[in-house]
Amino acid sequence: MDSILFYLFALVMIAFGFGVVMNRNPVTSAMCLVGCFLGVAALFIMLDAFFIGVVQIAVYAGAVIVLFVFILMLLDIAGEKRREFPIHAIAIGLIVAVIVGGQIAMVAGSLDDVGGKFPPIDKAAAVEARVERGNNPDSTINTILTDPKKPSYPDVHIIGEALFTRYPLHLQIVAVLLTVGAVGVVVLSKKRLE
Amino acid sequence: MTLEHYLIAAGILFCTGLFGMIVRRNILVIFMCLELILASATLTLVAFSRFRLTSGLPDIDAQMLVFFVITVAAAEVAVGLAIIVSLYRSTQSVHMEDLHTLKG
Repeated sequence: MDSILFYLFALVMIAFGFGVVMNRNPVTSAMCLVGCFLGVAALFIMLDAFFIGVVQIAVYAGAVIVLFVFILMLLDIAGEKRREFPIHAIAIGLIVAVIVGGQIAMVAGSLDDVGGKFPPIDKAAAVEARVERGNNPDSTINTILTDPKKPSYPDVHIIGEALFTRYPLHLQIVAVLLTVGAVGVVVLSKKRLE
Repeated sequence: MTLEHYLIAAGILFCTGLFGMIVRRNILVIFMCLELILASATLTLVAFSRFRLTSGLPDIDAQMLVFFVITVAAAEVAVGLAIIVSLYRSTQSVHMEDLHTLKG
């Protein structure tokens, strides 16, 4: 079952990825990008990264694609269709992609234990390690981890805890970056700069 | 499923994006191919995070890195598209062949 789902989602991801590259109409490319991101998000969820999967859908398949389609609507894309892909560009692209793909396959094949299965999540060991580090045994995360009725682990709680205890400075830097980005977009989109 | 399956899938996605960046001439589609490459990199990170358990749970540091990468990518898309719009205003084109002068 697991492997059928993996092949299904990987196929969806790669097929829509090819769709982005091969479609002549940029709007179709953007729609294929949505399908590709949904496949990636499904693979994230299969890897027990539930929060990252949901963020992938909300940020990429939602916000980023809306931006792309909005810009496509603003610009004139009618002139796109008559142009052909140049043969030499396709040849060079294929050569570079095959070389890089071969290198990735070689590196992936030479890693230690790369063919090993994903180890099962050990919630008891996690609680033990957390309590040893001085974490309250009755904290929310530990309660959820020890609850036998909950089948998976509380990854949103754990990411939130890491974000606000171990990475607060990074969070603030990213907040400043987003603010600078928003201001920069407004400045760039103004009709004339004075 | 093994880690290798996920790495190969991410590698194929990366090569698709790279191929698109070289072949396509529309700057917006090149930007979409860049997003494909970013998605493949985050897939690799999440696969390694799940493979390398730290005290029983997936390595949360890798997932934090993915979270920050997604945030930075969102800001990058917003600024990049604004640059493309202002480029289109000055040259009336989004084709790489028409964009061969440095001076706007």
